[in-house]
Amino acid sequence: MPKTTPFHARLEPLNQTGIWKNWSGYLAAPRYQYSIANEYYAIRNSVSLLDTSPLFKYKIIGGDAKQLLRHAMARNINRCKLGSAQYTVWCDESGFVVQDGVIMHVAENEYWLTAAEPALRYFRNIARKMDLADVQITDVATQYGILALQGPLAFDVVKQLTGDADGLKFFGLTQTDVKGKPVVLSRTGFTGDLGYELWVRFEDAAVVWDALMGAGENYNITPIGTTALKMARVEAGLLLMDVDFHSSRYAWVDAERETPAELGWDWMFRRLEKDKRDFVGRTPIEAELQNQTNRWTTVGLEVDWHDYDRVFRDAGILPPKHELYRESTMSIYRRNDKEWDYAGYASTFVYSSLLKTPIAIAKIPLDLAMPGTEVNLEVPVIRRPTNVLARVASMPFFDPPRKTAMMNGDVR
Amino acid sequence: MMSDKTRFDAIVIGGGHNGLVNAAYLAKSGLKTLVLERRELVGGAAITEELVPGYKFTTFSYAISLLRPDIVQDLDLARHGLLMLPLANTFQPGFNGEYLFLGADSDSNYHELARHSIEDAEGYRELGHKINRLCFALKPWMDRIPPNSLSDDPEEVADMAELKGYLGSLDPDVRDLFDKFYNCSADEILSEYIESDLIKAMIASSGIIGSKCGPRSKESGLVWLFHKLGEYDGVQGEWGFHKGGNGGFTQVLAKALLSHGGTIQTNADVARVTYDNSGATGVVLADGTEYFADVIVSALDPRRTFMQLIDPLDLPGDLVEAITNYKFQGTAAKVNFALSELPQFPGLENRSDIYAGFTNVGPSIEYLEEAFADCEAGRFSRRPFLDCCVQSTIDPDMSPPGKHILSCFVMYAPYHLAESDWDAERDNLGDTVQATLEEFFPGFGDQVLHREVVTPLDIERIVGLSEGNIFAGELSSNQLFLNRPAPGWNQYRTPISGYYQCGSGTHPGGCVIGGPGKLAARQIIGDRKNG
Repeated sequence: MPKTTPFHARLEPLNQTGIWKNWSGYLAAPRYQYSIANEYYAIRNSVSLLDTSPLFKYKIIGGDAKQLLRHAMARNINRCKLGSAQYTVWCDESGFVVQDGVIMHVAENEYWLTAAEPALRYFRNIARKMDLADVQITDVATQYGILALQGPLAFDVVKQLTGDADGLKFFGLTQTDVKGKPVVLSRTGFTGDLGYELWVRFEDAAVVWDALMGAGENYNITPIGTTALKMARVEAGLLLMDVDFHSSRYAWVDAERETPAELGWDWMFRRLEKDKRDFVGRTPIEAELQNQTNRWTTVGLEVDWHDYDRVFRDAGILPPKHELYRESTMSIYRRNDKEWDYAGYASTFVYSSLLKTPIAIAKIPLDLAMPGTEVNLEVPVIRRPTNVLARVASMPFFDPPRKTAMMNGDVR
Repeated sequence: MMSDKTRFDAIVIGGGHNGLVNAAYLAKSGLKTLVLERRELVGGAAITEELVPGYKFTTFSYAISLLRPDIVQDLDLARHGLLMLPLANTFQPGFNGEYLFLGADSDSNYHELARHSIEDAEGYRELGHKINRLCFALKPWMDRIPPNSLSDDPEEVADMAELKGYLGSLDPDVRDLFDKFYNCSADEILSEYIESDLIKAMIASSGIIGSKCGPRSKESGLVWLFHKLGEYDGVQGEWGFHKGGNGGFTQVLAKALLSHGGTIQTNADVARVTYDNSGATGVVLADGTEYFADVIVSALDPRRTFMQLIDPLDLPGDLVEAITNYKFQGTAAKVNFALSELPQFPGLENRSDIYAGFTNVGPSIEYLEEAFADCEAGRFSRRPFLDCCVQSTIDPDMSPPGKHILSCFVMYAPYHLAESDWDAERDNLGDTVQATLEEFFPGFGDQVLHREVVTPLDIERIVGLSEGNIFAGELSSNQLFLNRPAPGWNQYRTPISGYYQCGSGTHPGGCVIGGPGKLAARQIIGDRKNG
């Protein structure tokens, strides 16, 4: 039997479907309502509340914490100032991605990390190898739950509970309290919208949940499951481990592995020549970025909806759109005289209800990476593989100004 | 005068599972094939016996993992009743109510392991993945006739070169692990990944099964690797129960053999193989009955194959020397129980799922080492390692409703006792095992309806495995793969033309694997084609 998160007592009665999935050994709801669309639109229209407690959570504390992270993380931890968070990635010696995660610089010599897969032994091994005496890496999975409050009205909700949200910048964080309970509040999230995440102590879970739901009462606050989140994250251009990429640690061969450049994370290494760190995987990563030898790059794919409609119409059926979210691989072909000239693949495919077109996250070779480049995406039409026109697009597909806007006072 | 009834194309000596597999392949290829079995039933060490009405005991071997999947297809075993039941759970009782219970969900397993050590939960997966990659790389070599390392035949030389190149082409970390399995103890390998003693002991027990080594002995690495080479539906290292026990499996093989036109003769104790200058000619039973064939296959262990069925004086000296030095030194016993109800583990009362797989009694490396120390001193372990299976939890045909059978594999029980003999120690061993189970499952003794003790001497007497070694010879590096059973004689042939070997003492045995029977048949059929 999977474990339950500290919020489960509150979540259980809300799940109208009665269906739970196993997320890293915890019960998690794919959706609470029958309508995933309702939950999705709470993210884009009002405010959503998601329990992301099954993420793995670690604290990295001590005088040598920064030194460890400077070496272990591929992205430069120096740029993660006190009171801010950083989306980061760590790689193996060959420059393949091990994992991504969000690291928070919570206090002097104190960092908190969330990750999709276990990483305690991984970081401790690096610390041991570096012979760092003053760094403690601890698993705090059973001490904290995490809530994601996401949507255009998130600030309106959170500001009722703490004044410290005021002026909190995108990827900023603060130690504050809600109803007298200490929380770490960060302006982060996985939706590409305005939003916050809160680390909540286990024993405070119900109080904080109730406070957020109460403050959101007049703002259509909607508990959401993981499917709505995943639809939003594709629009936001955010990659998901085990779907859009895989940990090099548990891969069998390099064909299953990806480098940061192959995942479109070149931006994490801007000004690398000025960054003198010796970090794990640096040599191959730097060489690849310089020589552009990556096998793929990761791009958005905007499916031509006219063509999408056409192939289904030709077959005599309605094109599937509503609440369509797929994590199965779909092949991409070059558009030329050869009928099935394989080029790459889409790892996530979603019908964006907001954009009214199907979109995908795709891996393609560099020569096809220019936005606007036309490719064929293989879509099953009555179970028959059928090519549909799609165009390379830069991600995010949807990037509202409110995501990064300064939120203070009564700003809406 | 050779009557039609005594004249065959091929005779297989011994109706163990490899003998049956071998005979079925030969029969399928069109040879008129006879299996001669000394006992009243076929199956060898893979039999199920109803010793008490309604209670079916897997007297000797009790689970299957390494069975080569192609045998199922080639011999159409599903049509003859093959039914392998998954055996996914593992339960490891510890001291003071501690325990480890692993099942089919890797996420739940993470949390279960993390109860003992969070780092171990990660290390377990890391090590498991590396072992998976290694076993995947080695797997093809389980399904081919190994090269002859002593031959200068160009084909053999090329085969050897291919093998060496292959090992060289492994990913460095996988190659490194391969070397460690060959050179390090299970405990030493595990220490890099696992700190919890309970978890370590559970994994390390794979490194001692049926072998004269402890978890800290160098030999345990290879024994562990060997046990990981099995699979259940592509999940490497997983095991299954056959419906009706391992005897159910060998009955399926017997049916497959008969359907291909083969003949089985039970109560037929082969005394020796007959041969002349041109090669094998037949066999003579202990009662003097003679059977004739140009192909004679011994499914017995190497000692019987080379030293008993034929005259060793007819063999080259180096082979005789190798077989003389070939180590059996059985260390395992079985104690099987009929139970009035399921054993109760404090804190997990009335949970039947914990028994739906292996239950490992051996809670620490020290415990296993102490058990081994008794073995080294020439006595059975006073607190033995036990590998228990309650197959009746998932296979209701094994016992009357509500009652259970418990197959209990016991280590260490050295074949050679320093100060006693096994006929005198049989009940003492049974009492010791029962007391050990009582320690971890209080009240166990009251549940026992019937007890059957199988000593290493019993294994030798009943099954015929020399010194009771369950693998037909130790799984040590000098007796495995290229060297099984002896360098230069690892390709199922013998120095006597037409006389072959196919038992677990040949590659890729032991265990219930079928590979030796299959590969020997391939060799025999190939030799006949080439005249």
